[in-house]
Amino acid sequence: MKKLLLATAITGSALMASFANAATYDIDNEGAHASINFKIQHLGYSWLTGRFNDFDGSFEYDAAKPAASAINVTIDTTSLDSNHADRDKHLKGTDFLDVKKYPTATFKSTGFKSTGEGKGDMTGEFMLHGVTKTITIPVERIGEGNDPWGGYRAGFSGTTTLKLSDYGIDYDLGPASSTVEIELHVEGKRQ
Amino acid sequence: MALRNTKSSYGWVAISLHWLVALAVFGMFGLGLYMVELTYYDAWYKGSLDLHKSVGLTLAALVVARFIWKLINPSPVGLSTKPLENLAGHLAHSALYLIMAALFISGYLISTADGHGIEVFGLFSVPATLTGDNQEDIAGEIHEWLAWGLISLVALHALAALKHHFINKDGTLMRMFRPQK
Repeated sequence: MKKLLLATAITGSALMASFANAATYDIDNEGAHASINFKIQHLGYSWLTGRFNDFDGSFEYDAAKPAASAINVTIDTTSLDSNHADRDKHLKGTDFLDVKKYPTATFKSTGFKSTGEGKGDMTGEFMLHGVTKTITIPVERIGEGNDPWGGYRAGFSGTTTLKLSDYGIDYDLGPASSTVEIELHVEGKRQ
Repeated sequence: MALRNTKSSYGWVAISLHWLVALAVFGMFGLGLYMVELTYYDAWYKGSLDLHKSVGLTLAALVVARFIWKLINPSPVGLSTKPLENLAGHLAHSALYLIMAALFISGYLISTADGHGIEVFGLFSVPATLTGDNQEDIAGEIHEWLAWGLISLVALHALAALKHHFINKDGTLMRMFRPQK
């Protein structure tokens, strides 16, 4: 009985502590449990997919305090990979991302609105190709819990559609390809 | 038919290879400048690049064959009376070979940067070897600079040949058209 009381007290105080502040999670890019993918129509006939291999960031999250959710991600635009070197070279060149001039893209959240259990709209400043816009990304919690190696993890997904010309990318890829879908899958390890 | 070189004359093999490579170098330079300006909806957007890669790899094989032929044949001696001019000519020829080799390697490294081989006229594929971060960007920049370097040196090479023909009035230019008696 004494043991049970003690355990309850410890669990209780741990819970109280986590209520006070949302926990910081470091995005697990080292273990590649996170990816930033993009998807754009090819001629209107099919989807072309690609990814950014290098990025880093962290997020704030607490299931009990959704409003405190926040995320910061920095993407290395030179790490663009569409599995075709000639295309990658073109996409990284001045016709598109101009990565020599704009080697990073960033997303810094400014607010979060819960839309249900484990769901919400993440609003923030997205900087791409030197242009910063406020965008809202609907995000969804995939799951959270202890991992088998002594840590605690939580993972989220979000998808948003960007208009290329909004970011000063005017190269004509055809009417079906004026927008690109960005998919963000992140798993974070609680610090 | 004089196929082989002598100490004073180029044979037909060396002459044919010289002009074939010259023609291909001019064609590839023009094609390269042209294709990078094409945009997505140009009919030749894809075809021009495929042709550039196919011709490039074929030309690389041809230049290797030409170099081997040069090694196993006598080299006709320079016709200038000034040793320094003959040395300059020799150095320029070496530089032409070196820049061409570097162009082939850098071009190959662009298209194979993510591990995919290069199709040669749809007949066979040359496999990728080196792959690395941003390899296509770095190799691409080097390739462009080398192309301009090569074409400048080619212009100098042609001017020197014309100088020999019209000013020095020697057989330097003519012996690249037919073997000398």
